[in-house]
Amino acid sequence: MEQRFMSSRTLVSAQDWQAAARSCAAGDKTLVALWGEIGFVHMALCAPDGSRTELISCACPDGTFPSVARIHTPADRLERAITDLCGLRPDAGHDARAWLDHGRWGVSHPLGARGPAAAQVFYEFLPVQGESLHQIPVGPVHAGIIEPGHFRFTAQGETVVRLEQRLGYVHKGIESLMAGADIARGAQIAARISGDSTVAYGWAFASAVEHALRLDVPPRARYLRALMAEMERVANHLGDIGAICNDGAFALMLAHCGVLRERVLRTAAACFGHRMMQGCIVPGGVATGLDAQGTAAIRGLVKEIGEAFPDLIDLYDNTASLQDRTVGTGALRPDLAARFGAGGVVGRASGRAVDVRRTPGYAPYESLKFEVPVRAEGDVNARVWVRILEVEQSLSLIGQILDALPAGKIRVDVPPVKKECEGFAVIEGFRGDVFVWLRIGADGTILRCHPRDPSWFQWPLLENVIKDNIVADFPLCNKSFNCSYSGHDL
Amino acid sequence: MGASVRNFLLEGLFRKPLTEPAPGASEAAAQELAQAVDRAARRRLGRSLSIRQVDAGSCNGCELEIHALNNAFYDLERLGLHFVASPRHADVLLVTGPVTKNMREALERTYNATPNPKWVVALGDCAFDGGVFADSYAVAGGVSAVVPVDLHIRGCPPTPTQILEGLLALLESQETQPVTVSR
Ligand code: SF4
Repeated sequence: MEQRFMSSRTLVSAQDWQAAARSCAAGDKTLVALWGEIGFVHMALCAPDGSRTELISCACPDGTFPSVARIHTPADRLERAITDLCGLRPDAGHDARAWLDHGRWGVSHPLGARGPAAAQVFYEFLPVQGESLHQIPVGPVHAGIIEPGHFRFTAQGETVVRLEQRLGYVHKGIESLMAGADIARGAQIAARISGDSTVAYGWAFASAVEHALRLDVPPRARYLRALMAEMERVANHLGDIGAICNDGAFALMLAHCGVLRERVLRTAAACFGHRMMQGCIVPGGVATGLDAQGTAAIRGLVKEIGEAFPDLIDLYDNTASLQDRTVGTGALRPDLAARFGAGGVVGRASGRAVDVRRTPGYAPYESLKFEVPVRAEGDVNARVWVRILEVEQSLSLIGQILDALPAGKIRVDVPPVKKECEGFAVIEGFRGDVFVWLRIGADGTILRCHPRDPSWFQWPLLENVIKDNIVADFPLCNKSFNCSYSGHDL
Repeated sequence: MGASVRNFLLEGLFRKPLTEPAPGASEAAAQELAQAVDRAARRRLGRSLSIRQVDAGSCNGCELEIHALNNAFYDLERLGLHFVASPRHADVLLVTGPVTKNMREALERTYNATPNPKWVVALGDCAFDGGVFADSYAVAGGVSAVVPVDLHIRGCPPTPTQILEGLLALLESQETQPVTVSR
């Protein structure tokens, strides 16, 4: 089966809802997602190893719901987003400030009972008290070519005492655009939630649709999806390794990694028609096949990177000035990574050995051999190393996929929708687990879709790791996390 | 060991131009374009062109391709085109994304902080008219809904070659006059 995510959503009492929050706080469960719609809040949770994802819902007829954040702080920003978008309020939220709504939309609660625009209130950053502190506001427009967001540093001399983020600047109203869209348009929007993860989002959206419609995808399509996903992972990890080293004032790595990354993108364009493979995964299968020429091109790519990469690893490992910047910098404690359910490299560099390709697992990964690299130190160096090791694993996976690529169809038609249905999927993107849940109406339009980027649980941890580091190390810490703004802001 | 690896890599990087071998037409086109941009930039501006990039709501796909312009294949810097950290140093604002309502003011402020003469290039289908996000309550529209635009480079995202083509078009256009802001 393509999907092992067959558990369905259960309506629970307020008591059981709070019990679920407590099991997250106790570490017996991991919070996967928290979202709302008129009259209900929904929660996805899984076991600490990533298995047994379950969905529960709680009715909130009077517009309030039992706060999860009060019990389990990683839910804080998710609850603030629910309030902004749906107008539902936690009964005891500990942070009443708006999160995504900056008072500029011309409407309030766009996913709930829409009302007049919220007043544009002055955003109060958390108060900081102490001797000789100064504040450094950065953004939303940053100096580099990166996404917009605001960082408020409080520093004592060079040392960061606190970082507070303010996000939401690239909020595009994606969930509202999804509501009422047909499946084809939904897929177009999903492919544009976070440009660097267009394959992961395309796959997660398609799988959620297929889960809802109980639609089986041809084996060849599953393999091609994994092929694209691994190429996306390699391209992004190469970009990140280069960019992190560049922020450590070592531009040579960026130059070499940039060349290899470009090779991946060119190969993707030659094989699938788009450098980032945007729109190549569609509900029912994949949009473009792979011919013998394409197979040869990808084998050539794997060979080229496989030959060039060991020298780059040596270079990283043997450049003392670079190691001096990355070792011990921005260390994320393993207990925090576990508590926040930090996905991807951020979690695995801090001992959280979770990769949804492995557990719960989905086709075709159960037929492929790969390791899930984990480090315990949690510093910038560990995050670089996990990326390096994952590139090697992905190159091996690409080879295996090409060896085992089944013949046959690459796509089946999405059957007409007969009755309202729901589905969800979790796919391992380069940044971590991408979760998509949706409900499709009897007429085939999407009634509600909630995509949850792994960045939701990584951004708050970045605030934590920069503490007691010097301001000048922030770019390094930030780049080694590489959280998504667009995927978070929606 | 470290030193020898480094020497090897330095040689690898600087001895052999990475724009070759040119297996496909696209690489040749990129090369040709790069030279054309160079000539045009130098003719019109004498020395160089400073570009300030502003993400006004993009999905980040456009930024990835702008980044690619700096890799060894396109190597924008050698053409005298370079990215600057402040709008106050910029000749060109390269704006991506549908302009979200939450970014509108930041874009306007960046525009006003850029000295005249200046050009605005709207990069990507979203920057053209809002793209797939056009109908949202949270989106003001394409870039021209907020600041005057001199050139649109279409694509989702446009490829690095298309971006170079666009910059060339901007430089070559005889009609293009620096934007003047009337207050
Ligand atoms: S044009 Fe495409 S790649 Fe660029 S921001 Fe829009 S959706 Fe993303």
